[in-house]
Amino acid sequence: MTNGWVDIKNADVILAMGGNPAENHPVGFKWFMEAKRTRNAKLVVVDPRFTRTASVADLYAPVRSGSDIAFLLGLIRYALTTGRFHSDYVKIHTNAPYIITDKFSFNDGLFSGFDGNTHQYLKENWAYEGDPKTQAYSLDQTLQHPRCVFQLLKKHVDRYTPEVVEQICGTPKETFLKVADIVTSTGNAERCGTLTYALGWTQHSIGVQIIRAGAMLQLLLGNVGRPGGGVNAFRGHSNIQGATDTGGTFETLPGYLKTPTAQLQTLKDYNDSGSPTTLNKQSWATMNYWVNYSKFMVSLLKAIYGNAATKENDFGYAWLPKVDGNYSWMYIYDDMYRGSSMRAGAKEPAPEGFLTFGMNPVALGPNVKKMIAALSKLKWMVVVENVEIETAKFWNAPKEYGGAPPSQIQTEVYLLPASGFAEKDGTFTNSARWLQWKWKALDPPGQSKTDQEILSRIFLAVQNLYRKEGGALPEQILNVSWAYTNPVNPDLGEVLKEMNGKALADLHDPKDATKVVKTAGQQIDGFGQLMDDGTTMCGNWLHSGVYTEAGNNAQRRNNADPTGLGMYHNWGFSWPANRRIMYNRASADAEGKPWDPTRVGIQWNGQKWVGDVPDMKPDAPPGTYGAFIMLPEGVARLFAASLNDGPFPEHYEPVEAPVANPLHPNVTSNPVALKFASDKDTLGTSDKFPIVCTTYRLTEMYHYWTKHQEGGVLNELQPGFFVEIPEKLASQKGIANGSKVRVTSARGSIEGVAMVTQRLQPFKINGKELWQIGLPLHWGYAAAKGHTGPLVNFLTASVGDPNTWTPEYKAFLVKLDKA
Amino acid sequence: MGFDLSLARAEVRQFKISRTTETRSICPYCAVSCGVIIHTLGDRSKNATSAVVHIEGDPDHPISRGSLCPKGITLKDDINNPMRIKSPKVRRPGSDHWEEITWDDAIAGIARHLKDTRDRTFVAKNAKGQVVNRTPGLAMIGGCTDTNEFNFLQWKAISAWGVPYRDSQARV
Repeated sequence: MTNGWVDIKNADVILAMGGNPAENHPVGFKWFMEAKRTRNAKLVVVDPRFTRTASVADLYAPVRSGSDIAFLLGLIRYALTTGRFHSDYVKIHTNAPYIITDKFSFNDGLFSGFDGNTHQYLKENWAYEGDPKTQAYSLDQTLQHPRCVFQLLKKHVDRYTPEVVEQICGTPKETFLKVADIVTSTGNAERCGTLTYALGWTQHSIGVQIIRAGAMLQLLLGNVGRPGGGVNAFRGHSNIQGATDTGGTFETLPGYLKTPTAQLQTLKDYNDSGSPTTLNKQSWATMNYWVNYSKFMVSLLKAIYGNAATKENDFGYAWLPKVDGNYSWMYIYDDMYRGSSMRAGAKEPAPEGFLTFGMNPVALGPNVKKMIAALSKLKWMVVVENVEIETAKFWNAPKEYGGAPPSQIQTEVYLLPASGFAEKDGTFTNSARWLQWKWKALDPPGQSKTDQEILSRIFLAVQNLYRKEGGALPEQILNVSWAYTNPVNPDLGEVLKEMNGKALADLHDPKDATKVVKTAGQQIDGFGQLMDDGTTMCGNWLHSGVYTEAGNNAQRRNNADPTGLGMYHNWGFSWPANRRIMYNRASADAEGKPWDPTRVGIQWNGQKWVGDVPDMKPDAPPGTYGAFIMLPEGVARLFAASLNDGPFPEHYEPVEAPVANPLHPNVTSNPVALKFASDKDTLGTSDKFPIVCTTYRLTEMYHYWTKHQEGGVLNELQPGFFVEIPEKLASQKGIANGSKVRVTSARGSIEGVAMVTQRLQPFKINGKELWQIGLPLHWGYAAAKGHTGPLVNFLTASVGDPNTWTPEYKAFLVKLDKA
Repeated sequence: MGFDLSLARAEVRQFKISRTTETRSICPYCAVSCGVIIHTLGDRSKNATSAVVHIEGDPDHPISRGSLCPKGITLKDDINNPMRIKSPKVRRPGSDHWEEITWDDAIAGIARHLKDTRDRTFVAKNAKGQVVNRTPGLAMIGGCTDTNEFNFLQWKAISAWGVPYRDSQARV
């Protein structure tokens, strides 16, 4: 979230798409109702189903799963053609005036630069016009130049008329126009609207572009950076925000530093690749904050390698593993299944050993049959869990998942009992970026241990083996610092201090070298104090400030709210720098005056920025720097050359497309979508599998955990799996409510109880009647007695977004039969 | 009997939570992060085993203000779940059942596997001759209720072992 949960109460309009917060984030949803109650805010819900969120909305618009981009570009077109956008904001805070090279084009569903052999785009065709060396970029502040971003966008969205939106999304034109009227009512200084989404947007082969379309709409309406505004992702788990922030994915190190690739052989090459050249072409300069990249990186290397990291050895940079290509989720299991992978033009081994901490890939990942076949090829696997999950006993999965009998599966599986949330302390980071400490309430049961103790014991045992026996590059392992007071079971407060960072030598004031800011050994106050000469260490620059000399700020529990806007600066710690609203410089105009004086993000008081923690140099007068300090151009990108599937969003059908793309039938789906080619990667077509299917959660259950609660209340509330089917489809097929049905995709087939509902209605798409059904995802073959069920991911495909490589769970093709 | 029982008879039954220890925690389910108060019996003295008897919303918490959803309010069922595994187990190659194993043997076995796999599959240089120092034979995924601190320790371990295949709930 750019903003926070409580901040939703400051909105005049709430557009909820790609999520069902009343069901999935019910307590956060209180703040939607608070906005309706106290501000008379309008809640607009756009969703394939009439959800619990829709049931309390001021306006509900049905939209076919996977067609959100068409809807959003329709809204953008409406805003641009009616003038209902915030033009002062757009001129100073976005790249609308930038002129794009004449090599950019878009024809018949393809952007320029498409390579039909590799199925990738050459992105240099999408650059700003000008010479990057001389910084001679061209801008047109009048927004009239035919190749300025504003005009190109206008041209791009011109096809998305209300009629076309109806044709693609199935939303009646009148309903769409009502949505457009409410949403664009915030395209000015006085009013402000928020946008909320969740996995209903991310889990598509066009997921990132859906989110981009939403962000572009918010930028045009001038709603980003303001209280009551923003682009707000509702994350589905208690600490996946924290996992994302702390290098939990293959492509990142902690703090969104990039995992080094093989061609970056020296620390200098690596740091240069992370520090973009500043583009100073607005009337103001840009902070281009990533120029500090080397400070974050060297401090991270000092945190992992300690004294072994020296200036002479590039601070141990060579020891960090380098990647060649993609190692994300679907690649892990594809390589595992195929037994090898091609890296830098040569064959390399596939994973033969696998550790999973608190994860259940068999249930969580797409294409279960492929997953089980992949795990069966492992030599060994370690599962650290609270209960015996599907993954732990994949070798004994029910026959329909296609696994070999246990006698033929040679994987040695360790199942280690871990502690639950109440049995360990430490911080979780919520969707609003708040790090909050939780205190341990009790010991774990039986012989269970905390995750940190299990990991540390394995780590130290491996270190000992290398110390005794040597082996492949022992220094990669032996030089990693594990210098905790109790290395076998590190105190998490001590780890959080390490993540915050400290001075390793006396640090001097950059303005006055005689003044010592920090003495060696002191915790630093924030990432602004980090150095790239080895005199500071920091495990995650983004978290810096969480554990200072003042103590553990994640433990703060002062709920005073002097702003009245729900910022709570003395409750926990919000990265970065305890800022509660990201991009808050954009909440003020060119002179630093807030767009709306009743909802002040930050404002210039003549000497400094006051309000929230400024997303700006605190003493830099208005006009010094652009508002978007992490980007080299200092303004937000309506046109972004950085994505893999186009600088503008475009409507593409899901990989399993129910209809040909009405706009360009020759390019129906995302031309650069991620796909795999193993024998288990079969895709269905609409002639055999005519129904669109989507997956979702229920408020009474939690992912694949709560089904394990023996004797639990939640298993009584939602005892088992069902298939949500529209009434008219059910009557066509003679399916009675409560009877058994079978849902089949090109990958698998599952059985469930029919839940016949009016919440789903047929869509009229390009003249064709199209049905959608829904599957709640909470069940599997491991559960409390009487509460097992099918894994819905037996049906889903290993296809996904080309930027995030997230699977397309939310729109795939099935057929439906009476069982 | 020599003393008056009427006082004892008149005594109102005390609330179950009147003598519990309260611990401030955060709900482990979605990313709203509601404040929860965990009530345990036992005062945390060395010879007392704590047991969760009640969980309620934290009214001081600025986001949740005391509310919890059906999942949060039943967290006791999660903690006290009889299906919790309580000892390490191993399933040997080709076997159809779990065997109990001691922690020491489990850790030693895993460490040996890890080292053998790493030594067997380590790639010091790729086909282009670039130093890559990675172990394609290893993959690791981390969960959604791991703390930030655990995640950092895990990143250190992954880097130490040279694991290129790594991912988390954040992707899926």
